[in-house]
Amino acid sequence: MGRIQLKNVTKRFGKLEVIPPMNLEIDEGEFVVFVGPSGCGKSTLLRMIAGLEDVTSGQVLINGEDATHVRPARRGLAMVFQSYALYPHMTVRNNIAFPLKMAKAGREEIEKRVTSAADILNLSSYLDRRPGQLSGGQRQRVAIGRAIVREPKAFLFDEPLSNLDAALRVNMRLEISRLHQSLGTTMIYVTHDQVEAMTMADKIVVLNAGTVEQVGSPMELYRNPVNMFVAGFIGSPKMNFLYGDFAADRSAHAIGIRPEHLTLSTQSGTWKGSIGIAEHFGADTFLHVTLKDDTQLTVRAEGENNLGHGDIIYVTPMDGRIHHFDENEMLRRG
Amino acid sequence: MAQKKIPYQKIAVTAFAWAVGMAIFFPILWTFLTGFKTEAVAIASPPVFFNFEWTLENYDAVFERADYFRFFMNSVIISVGSTVLGLLIAIPAAWAMAFVPGKQTKNILMWMLSTKMLPPVGVLVPIYLLFRDFGMLDTRFGLLFVLTLINLPIIVWMLYTYFREIPVEILEAARMDGAPLLNEVVHILTPMALPGIASTLLLNIILAWNEAFWTINLTTVDAAPLTAFIASFSSPEGLFYAKLSAASTMAIAPILIMGWFCQKQLVRGLTFGAVK
Repeated sequence: MGRIQLKNVTKRFGKLEVIPPMNLEIDEGEFVVFVGPSGCGKSTLLRMIAGLEDVTSGQVLINGEDATHVRPARRGLAMVFQSYALYPHMTVRNNIAFPLKMAKAGREEIEKRVTSAADILNLSSYLDRRPGQLSGGQRQRVAIGRAIVREPKAFLFDEPLSNLDAALRVNMRLEISRLHQSLGTTMIYVTHDQVEAMTMADKIVVLNAGTVEQVGSPMELYRNPVNMFVAGFIGSPKMNFLYGDFAADRSAHAIGIRPEHLTLSTQSGTWKGSIGIAEHFGADTFLHVTLKDDTQLTVRAEGENNLGHGDIIYVTPMDGRIHHFDENEMLRRG
Repeated sequence: MAQKKIPYQKIAVTAFAWAVGMAIFFPILWTFLTGFKTEAVAIASPPVFFNFEWTLENYDAVFERADYFRFFMNSVIISVGSTVLGLLIAIPAAWAMAFVPGKQTKNILMWMLSTKMLPPVGVLVPIYLLFRDFGMLDTRFGLLFVLTLINLPIIVWMLYTYFREIPVEILEAARMDGAPLLNEVVHILTPMALPGIASTLLLNIILAWNEAFWTINLTTVDAAPLTAFIASFSSPEGLFYAKLSAASTMAIAPILIMGWFCQKQLVRGLTFGAVK
C-alpha cells in the first residue's frame, strides 16, 4: 500500500545544501513524524516526497518503484497543508470531490465517497458551504476530507494544526490519530511541536539542519536520546543540562536530567539550590531552581505544595536517569 | 478631541475629491455640451455654458456623413477581440512567471514593459510596410493583431500582479489532488483570479477602444473604428468643433456606459489583493 524509501536524497537551493545525503525508510501503515526546529528541512523533505520540490540527487521510492521524477499528481499521495489550501471558489462538497473528478470517477461513485468522507469528519451539514464560511477546525477537516476520498497510498501532513487554537489542536490531534487507526494508511506528519510528535507518532524522525539526528519510537527517543540535541528537543519541559563541576563529578562534559526525574527535599539531597519561580499547572508545579554557579534547573513537584520563591531546597537525581554527554554533545554509553 | 477634528477633515477631503473629479470630468462634459451647440456658439468667446439653444443638427450631420454603426462594430470587434486574444496568451504566460519564475523572469517582464516605452511612431514605417506586403492594411484582423501585441505587456503585467496574490499552496494542492496542468489553470487559477482577470479585461477594452495612433494610421474605410470616425471630422473640411464634439460623444458613449455598469468589478479588480 504505502512504503516510502529515500535513498541518498539531497536537496540544494543554488549553492546552499539544505539536505545532505539522507536515507530513510517508512513502512506501510506507519505514522511517521518529522520533527525539528524551523528551518531544519523537514517541510522540504516532505515536499520532496510529495514531488512538489525537485530532488537534487538520490531516489524517492514509493512501494519500491522509483518515483523521483514522477509528477505529484501521479504519485498517489495526498497532502494536507498548513494553510489548508482549500479552493475558495468551490463548496465543501466540490472541494472534497475535486480529486475524484480529476481521477475521472463516476458521478455516483463521487457522491458515495464524498458522503462517507463527510460522515467520518462530521462535515455532512456543511457540504454546501464555502470554505470562507467555515471555522478553522472545519476547514482543517475539509482539507483532510479532500485527502482521504482518494484513498491515497500515504498521507502527507505539513504542520496541519499550527493555525488552530490550543484546545482545537488537542482535539484534531486525537482525530488524526483515530483516523490513522481506522484507515491504517501510511502517514507522514511534519511538525515543530514535540508534543504532537510524542503523542501521535509510531516513529519519530528528529531533524536538525537537514540531517537526521535520531529515528525511533517516541519512548525510545525519550529514554535514550543519542545526543544533546534530541535530549533537549524531546520532552516537555526540556531536559536540564548541567556543565562544569556537576558534569566533571561524573566524568562527563555535560549531564542531562529531566525535570520529572528529580526528587525534592527540604532536608538533604545531592544538589542545594533556591527556588526562583514556581509555575503552577494544577496537576504539577514546575520549580525553577538556582544551584551554585548560577546553574538553572527545572524540577517537577507535586501540584499542591507549599514551596515558594526564595525557599532553599535539595534536589536529587533518580538512579539511572542521568544522561552523560561528551565534548561532541553525543551520549556516552556505559 | 479627535471627534471634533474629523468632520472638518472629512469635508476638506470630500471637497478636494469633488474638485479633482470635476476637473477630470470637465472635458467630457464640455465635449458633450458642445455637441448640442451650433458651430458659431461652439467657438464663441467668452465660452457659453448652458444658456444656448440646444440643437441636434450636429448629430444629423454626423449621421448623414458616415455610417456610425459600422465604425462602432469595428471598435467592438477590435477592442474585445484583441483583449480576449491577449488574455488567452497572457494567462499561461503570467502563470509561468508568477508560479515557476526562472532567473530571467524579472528581466523578461521589464523587457516586455520597455516595448511600451518606445514611441509607436518609431516603428510605424516598418509595421506599415509589413501590413502592406501582407495585405493587412485596413483589415480588422490586422488591427486586432497589432492591438493585441501592443497591449500584451500590460495584460501580462496586470495578470502577473494578480496571480502573485494567489497562494501557491492552493495550486500545489490541486497538483496533489491529481490535476494536470491544464485543469489547474482552468479550474483553480482562473476562477480564483477572476476579479483580477475581469478588471484586466475591462481596462484593456477601454485602452483598445481609445487607441488612436495605429487605428488611424492603418485603416481607411473597411476596418476603421470610432477613433478614425472622430478623426475624420477634424481635418478635411476645416475644424468643426460642434460636429467633432457630437462624433466624440457618440464614440465614447458606449465605453462610458460599459465602464459605469462595470464600475464595481473594475474597482474590485483594481484593489484586489490590497485588502485580504
